[in-house]
Amino acid sequence: MTFEHIQQILKTKTVGIAGCGGLGSNCAVALARVGVGRLVIADFDLVQEGNLNRQFYFYDQIGMLKVAALKQNLFRINPDVRVNTFDIRLCQSDIIEIYGKCDVIIEAFDKPEMKYLILDAVHNYMPDKYLVMGVGMAGWGDNNLIRSRQSDKLIICGDEKNAIADECPPLAPRVGIVANMQANAVLEILLGSNEHQIHTEN
Amino acid sequence: MKIILNNKVEEFAGDQFTVGELLQAKNFTFKMLVIKVNGHLVKKSEHNTAVVKDGDDVMVLHLISGG
Repeated sequence: MTFEHIQQILKTKTVGIAGCGGLGSNCAVALARVGVGRLVIADFDLVQEGNLNRQFYFYDQIGMLKVAALKQNLFRINPDVRVNTFDIRLCQSDIIEIYGKCDVIIEAFDKPEMKYLILDAVHNYMPDKYLVMGVGMAGWGDNNLIRSRQSDKLIICGDEKNAIADECPPLAPRVGIVANMQANAVLEILLGSNEHQIHTEN
Repeated sequence: MKIILNNKVEEFAGDQFTVGELLQAKNFTFKMLVIKVNGHLVKKSEHNTAVVKDGDDVMVLHLISGG
C-alpha cells in the first residue's frame, strides 16, 4: 500500500485517545503524522515541567491545558487533522459518549483505576470497539520485555511489569516505544496487516 | 486439565476450578487484576463463581501504573 493510499483510508478514520500524558501525547503525534482524520483527546491536567522528560509538550507550554497544548502541537505537524478536545476527568458515561463514535480507542491513563474504568466501559457498553491499552513502560532498558498481545478486541502494549515508582520513573524512550506501539496497533486495525512487508531471510 | 494462561499452555490437577482458585494457585495477589476467560471479562465479584475448565483461554492482566 502506498502512502497516498494509506492516507486516503486514514483520513476517514477517528481515533479516541483517553489521557494526554506520555502515552497519549506521543501516540497522538504519530497518528497525526500518518494522517488519521480525526483525533478525540481528553485530559483534565495542565502541562508541568516534570512532564517534559517524556510527554510531547514544550517548555513554553507549561501551565497550559494538555489538550490545548497537544492540539496546538498536532496542528503544527499536520494542519489537516481535526482534533476534538475534552478538558475533563473522564467518568464512565463520558467515555461512552466521547468515544462512542471512534473507530478505535487508545487507553493512555496513568492510574490503574482509570485503566480499569475504560476497559470495563468498553467491554460492557462498546463491545464491538477495539481498545488498545498501554501497560508497563516505566524505567529504562529491557527493550525485549516490551511487547504486545491481543485478546479479542483488546490489545495490550507494554512490558506488563514495570510500574511507576520513585526509583523507576517513566522516561521518554520506553514511554515513547509503548506509545508508538499503540499507534502501530491502531494502524494494523485500520489498514489491516501488511502483506507486503519485506522480511529479510537469515 | 490444560488451559491457555497468558498465551502459554499450563496444566492443572482436576477438571475445573473457579477463577479465584486459579489466582490462588498461581499466587496472583495484585489488587488491580483483569481476568478474561475465552474473551469474556470476569468481574471481581464473580471470581469465586466463574469457572475455568479444560481448553479455556485465560488472560490475567496486571493493571500497573504508568501512562
